[in-house]
Amino acid sequence: MSDATAQIFLDTDRDLAFRAKWYTGRALIYGALIFWAVISLFPIYWTVTTSFKVAADVMQGNLIPWVDFQPRWLGWRTLGLSPDSIFETSTVREEFLKRFMNSVIISLSASLLAAVLGSLAAYGLSRFSYRFGFMKNSDISFFFLSQLILPPVALALPFLVLYKELDLLDSRIGIILLYTLMVLPLVIWIMRDQFKAIPVELEEAAMVDGLSVWGSFVQIVLPIALPGLVAAFILSLVLTWNEYFFAALLTSTDAKTLPVMVASQTGSQGINWWSMAALSGAAIAPLVVIGIVLERYIIKGMAAGAGK
Amino acid sequence: MAATGQSEGDQLHTVVSDHMSPRRILTGRLLIRFATLVLFAMAIVQALHQSGRISLGFENWRPVLYAYLFWAVAMGVSQVLIRGEQGKRALFVLPAALFVGSMVIFPLLFGLYISFTDWNLASPTGPKFNGLDNVRQMLGDPFYWNALKNMVYYVLAISVEYAIAFGLALLLNAEIRARKFFRVAFLLPLMLSPVAVSWMVGKSMLEIRFGPVASLARFLGWDSPSFFGTPEIARLTIMVMDAWTFIPFMMIMLLAGLQALPKDVLEAAKIDGAKAWQSFWQVIFPLMLPVSITAVIIRIIFKLKLADIIINVTSGGPGGATDSVTSFIFREYRDRSNVGYGTLLAMVYLVVIVIFVTTLLSVVNRWMRGVNEGRTG
Repeated sequence: MSDATAQIFLDTDRDLAFRAKWYTGRALIYGALIFWAVISLFPIYWTVTTSFKVAADVMQGNLIPWVDFQPRWLGWRTLGLSPDSIFETSTVREEFLKRFMNSVIISLSASLLAAVLGSLAAYGLSRFSYRFGFMKNSDISFFFLSQLILPPVALALPFLVLYKELDLLDSRIGIILLYTLMVLPLVIWIMRDQFKAIPVELEEAAMVDGLSVWGSFVQIVLPIALPGLVAAFILSLVLTWNEYFFAALLTSTDAKTLPVMVASQTGSQGINWWSMAALSGAAIAPLVVIGIVLERYIIKGMAAGAGK
Repeated sequence: MAATGQSEGDQLHTVVSDHMSPRRILTGRLLIRFATLVLFAMAIVQALHQSGRISLGFENWRPVLYAYLFWAVAMGVSQVLIRGEQGKRALFVLPAALFVGSMVIFPLLFGLYISFTDWNLASPTGPKFNGLDNVRQMLGDPFYWNALKNMVYYVLAISVEYAIAFGLALLLNAEIRARKFFRVAFLLPLMLSPVAVSWMVGKSMLEIRFGPVASLARFLGWDSPSFFGTPEIARLTIMVMDAWTFIPFMMIMLLAGLQALPKDVLEAAKIDGAKAWQSFWQVIFPLMLPVSITAVIIRIIFKLKLADIIINVTSGGPGGATDSVTSFIFREYRDRSNVGYGTLLAMVYLVVIVIFVTTLLSVVNRWMRGVNEGRTG
């Protein structure tokens, strides 16, 4: 009888010890989670707050707006993006918007091109047997995926000379082609997994109904594989938006991208911390938004390779 | 380059009954021959024009690029004309293969040629073949060997990144509230461009006088914090910044692996009364080995390209202590316009990487096979 009551109330020494252990375990887990969340988010917080500081606030290392310091639009005004300067003409803003548009156009086109080329190749390789000379399917796959290993620096200088000869130096097309090459192996890797997971019977049924190979690919297979394709596209977008090495070498005035613009400001001695913060903040903002909104696609894309 | 499909091995079987008229095949053959001829003729004319032997020619090589594009299209069309249904299948892989082929193989061969010349873009004379001079210069270049040595340190740092990433993946896989918030928060560093990270973390937060990290270091008892003063600390700082951006990458791959683990195995480990620590080392960790190896190898491949942060924060300093091979070659070009020598260094690096990665893969494969046999046997 007493045993039964003890079990109802769960307050014997053993139960209490267990509960205490459970609570410490929880506390440790959440402590670790919050600790790492602070590490991950603080630099972003720092950038955003710094862009609203004036020189004195930066020098004192003030942290919390409205408590430590009064936020000002100084950093954004130098970019021409603060409320009071947004309607006035500003050369800095024009420069920034030009670089921003370059980055948008280049990363979107390169990701799109890679998505098209990559998903076609991945589909072909997952469905048909090819032979290009001595190369069979596995060799062709390896040929595509091995591009991942290729360090950009091995291509950079030859491309510098080649693009000069082809009059593609400092042009958007040139950079788009290189970025496509850079993300193509990733797209092929992710999409090969996606297509392998789709049963062949679906296409066979579609062909019985009179669709051609390409027809069944576009109308049946592609819609099913679309989430994977979106994941590959987003991942490509992130990589191409952030790319610095090729852009720094191969662009100068016309096709310069946002990372190159950010980097070129840091070299000078007297740094305007607030305007640098505003510039970096504006450069990372699109990707932070993408990261928050499309997080599950990014995770899906990166997890695609983990199962293999 | 001719693609001959084998229908026997196809995953997707199709019954094809296309009648190929001889005329259609002939058209296809003529088309591809014509395109090849145009491409070669233009390339030769331009080459002769460039070397000054004939006056006929173009301002630059761009028209030859157009001829190549025309050739690529003709190649695709002729495949369909000559081989019908098989040709349509080849069209799936052909664009990507031609693209990668022309963007990788040709530049690499061209790079091989450049690397044995004394080409300097700043000098008025063109490239001149200089035999093994570049190789000799490389062998005596302490900064290049130093950069290679740094790459070893950088790659070794991945073991720590892996441990942290595994820990974070386990945390996210535990039964917690606000899982989505933490997942997004942990993922965000990966979204940021290395250049922005260089500025935000490397220059601003690590600023010695007022940076928050320096303040924290002072609070913790480091009297005069300096993050780029001595070679060891500077290298460590670069490692930490790079780790900060890329830990989410490994974390997500490991998290996906954890979520794919069979639930019954974990249940069985729990019922046996295995302590958490034991069940981790004896059950979870061995099951996670394949995913871990994939994640680490991909991370190594990315690490071997490390450059952006170094170029923007330290420029390789102090005294080349933080230089990666890529950032070193970048400065070799930026400061000295030394294309020939820089390309040779890059080519040597490529060879080193290919040997290293293939050895790594074969060792891992053999080892995994040994583990699997040991488990079944």
